[in-house]
Amino acid sequence: MLSLIVITLITSIAFTLLWNKNHFDQSKPTTLTSFEKTNTFNTTVEKLDQAFEKNWQQAGIQALTPAPPLTIARRLSLALTGTIPSIEEIRAQQSVSNDQLTQSHLSQLFQDRRWSDYTSERLARSYVGTINGPFLVYRRRRLTDWLSKQLFENRPYDQLVRQLISAKGIWTSRPEVNFITVTIDENKDKKGPDEAKLAARVSRAFLGIRIDCMECHNDKFGDRWKQKDFHQLAAFFGKAQMSLTGIRDNGEKPYQYRYRGKKEAQDIPSQVPFNPEWLPATGNPREQLAQWVTHQRNRPFARSTVNRIWALLFNKPLVEPIDDIPLDGPWPAAMEILADELVAHDFDLQHLIRIIAATQVFQLDSRAQAPAPAPTEAHEKNWASFPLTRLRPEQVARSVIQSASITTIDAHSHIIQRLMRFFQQGDFLKRYGDAGENEFTPSGGTIPQRLLLMNGKLLHERTKENPLLNASTRIGILSTDHQQAVQTAYLAIFTRPPEKNELSYFTQQLKQLENKNRDQAMEDLFWILLNSTEFSWNH
Amino acid sequence: MNRRNFLHTSAAGLSAFSWMTPMADALALNATQSKSTRPKSVIILWLAGGPSQLETFDPHPGSSISYGTKSIPTAVKGMNLAAGLEQSAEVMNHVSLIRSVTSKEGDHERAFYNIKTGYRPNPTVVHPSIGSILCHQLPNPKIEIPSHISILPNQWPARGGYLGAQYDAFQMGDPKQPVPDVIPHASSQRQKQRRQGLSLIESSFAKGRLKQLDEQKTHHLQNMANARKLMQSDQLKAFDVSQAPKAERLAYGDTRFGRACFAALRLVEAGVRCIEVTLSGWDSHANNHESQGKRIQTLDPAFAALIKDLKRRDLLDSTTVLCGGEFGRTPQLNAAEGRDHWPKGFSMAIAGGGIQGGRIIGATDPSGEKEQPVNPVRVQDIHATIQHQMGIDFEEELITPVGRPIALSDGSLIEELL
Repeated sequence: MLSLIVITLITSIAFTLLWNKNHFDQSKPTTLTSFEKTNTFNTTVEKLDQAFEKNWQQAGIQALTPAPPLTIARRLSLALTGTIPSIEEIRAQQSVSNDQLTQSHLSQLFQDRRWSDYTSERLARSYVGTINGPFLVYRRRRLTDWLSKQLFENRPYDQLVRQLISAKGIWTSRPEVNFITVTIDENKDKKGPDEAKLAARVSRAFLGIRIDCMECHNDKFGDRWKQKDFHQLAAFFGKAQMSLTGIRDNGEKPYQYRYRGKKEAQDIPSQVPFNPEWLPATGNPREQLAQWVTHQRNRPFARSTVNRIWALLFNKPLVEPIDDIPLDGPWPAAMEILADELVAHDFDLQHLIRIIAATQVFQLDSRAQAPAPAPTEAHEKNWASFPLTRLRPEQVARSVIQSASITTIDAHSHIIQRLMRFFQQGDFLKRYGDAGENEFTPSGGTIPQRLLLMNGKLLHERTKENPLLNASTRIGILSTDHQQAVQTAYLAIFTRPPEKNELSYFTQQLKQLENKNRDQAMEDLFWILLNSTEFSWNH
Repeated sequence: MNRRNFLHTSAAGLSAFSWMTPMADALALNATQSKSTRPKSVIILWLAGGPSQLETFDPHPGSSISYGTKSIPTAVKGMNLAAGLEQSAEVMNHVSLIRSVTSKEGDHERAFYNIKTGYRPNPTVVHPSIGSILCHQLPNPKIEIPSHISILPNQWPARGGYLGAQYDAFQMGDPKQPVPDVIPHASSQRQKQRRQGLSLIESSFAKGRLKQLDEQKTHHLQNMANARKLMQSDQLKAFDVSQAPKAERLAYGDTRFGRACFAALRLVEAGVRCIEVTLSGWDSHANNHESQGKRIQTLDPAFAALIKDLKRRDLLDSTTVLCGGEFGRTPQLNAAEGRDHWPKGFSMAIAGGGIQGGRIIGATDPSGEKEQPVNPVRVQDIHATIQHQMGIDFEEELITPVGRPIALSDGSLIEELL
């Protein structure tokens, strides 16, 4: 039995290495599926481009030129899979013509479970946060798995959201119920979900409004919202309670709250904060609310969805903060065009992603090409350059791990490789820190984070001499000359070829150590690239 | 000659000049400063998993809920501890006990969040832990090593929350091991070459971008330079407990936790603002008495030695020590002779930093029938009191990234401790 396991392991590793060799070789590219843009698709993209161009004219700014295709591939890969592309993927990209590249890449990503798994985790943060929640009645993993399946099948987003808000049943067999059960407070008198927490989540995650600030008082910064707006929204969850068959809407006691200045708690009727005419006449309160939130005319829902998807792609929302979109405007022109497009295409998220990725702003460079002058803060503010943003912690971890492998680490990878990634990522994040729910809050890097990259275990383990597991050593072995080794290392980590001076400098470095220790020189090259600003930032 | 080499030489032959080092500076500074101006620190000993109040700080010997747990007298008349805490008993004149801590969180993760931040988990904002608040409110520009440190953290180390990742605790393991991530894996010659290569790449990246990219936006190189400074800092010696006399070290017990508590003392001397040390393994759902007993053997010498040493080094007045878990344990034993989670009345020990010693706040019911303790103290009240003692206005509201103003603590002062 043991010998069988050993033989299987050796065979599979040998196969993996052979596979590596194939993908290392530029002459054997994988082909990508093409995507046909329709006329309406092109019209929408043109409208968006014109809207931004108008802004730039008004602001007196010259937008930067388009970014190299591989830079755009890196952005897409980071946004939708949480990692930089592998050499295997880059080779596949090189077989596609530039005008097809982005959409073909997206076609490939939408067939890859990494996109749905990663995006489900990102979205789940806004739905249920990152904390484990009540032990007995909440299973976060079930929720994210379910969400991933919905995204993979490209289920219309409004349907998905309706199912979350009106979820019924047991949290294990009906994973969407976890959106409700995460708010259960086992130490509270009410044995059911917390109405206020749910109202806060619904308003922020699905409407992009921060009405929960009014939980304890009327609006301090304006007169738009009253305390009752929040609690009347919370009242839609008043009937939801825990029963033997899970979450049901058979509670008899209405939601109660003691308003500021009142002596006693009172029954609160359910009411939406605006446009009550969109509420359907039938259904239980949560079903009614779900229909209202996702109503085709409920623009805050469409805008909030656009803002979130935009933020995933650019690592920065179109309107900041991500969950505080002004109800009465003004909005960037692009917001309205994209919201229209989303509604017209039945809340098809993949379509929305394709449209945004096709726009000029997504394709722009983040740096000026000489002799153009360097961009200023105003460029980023007006989306006249691609925003420079720090990679998220899990993107750093996944990218370090991916850069150590020539092939893509995905659901088809060897189980050992996947397990290694799982544990290495977990260990790294524990030390690096996880941004939690503050997904798009710009934060400074820290000294311990730098130390972790400079001297930490993960980077050392994945760059040191190891001909079986580490790309640094394997690239050194498989390259025909020093130049190819440097070029491949650059592709593996920066998703770009080296510039002339870089190529000449590092080739010289490798040459000097040729007879001494080339593996060590490759390790040093990997260390340098992984410790650079360029690696740690999305650009 | 770099600083490290210089120090090495100093140690070999120029020890007379060692007072010139920053570490010596820090120690000398501490010694010369008056009590009122000395920088204040906090050490928190987290007993993770939920220690039983009945087997530690709140025994009820002879009652039906003691199930045989005995108590011992302490240096304070009328204040008893559970048997097993004999060394701690000797220092209780410096320590007060809050025996009526209440919270609403009975799940480990949520309760840990609650006890570390003073707030219950909230779907819209991540609150900073108390150490992060202290570092944010009381920055110490003189310190080169992190001023918020978590030794032996469990899966929930202290985080900066809405204050930002720069206030996360620096995590480290057993002080017997080298400090993590500060020792390069390459020779100094290779490090030099790496720096040269990096400099070339950085100038390529900066081309065509914002002027003063690093200063205004990325802070990458700045953080890297500070990281290198830390790697060479003499203050790192504070982590190295092996340099201290053996007897001094062993007084804390020859355990990871003991060494961590000793390191915490040295880090306070070096000017670190907050150190949390975690002792896990208190979650005794089965065989409560046996598993609590084992943990107590580790806790007792370390806690007692820490208080004694702080006092001996005249640091107790400027250092608050807090010791307790995320919740307590049920008065009744379950079928497996374990005690389950109990957030409705548990104990925390608190000492130093201007807190009066030898006091007992609140009481739990000896029969275990009344759930509500006498004079209940909420978790946030402990946070408010510690912050107040550090000179922080805990009622100050900060505007969080979600746009919501949140007070540093929404607790009240525990007047009886002051």
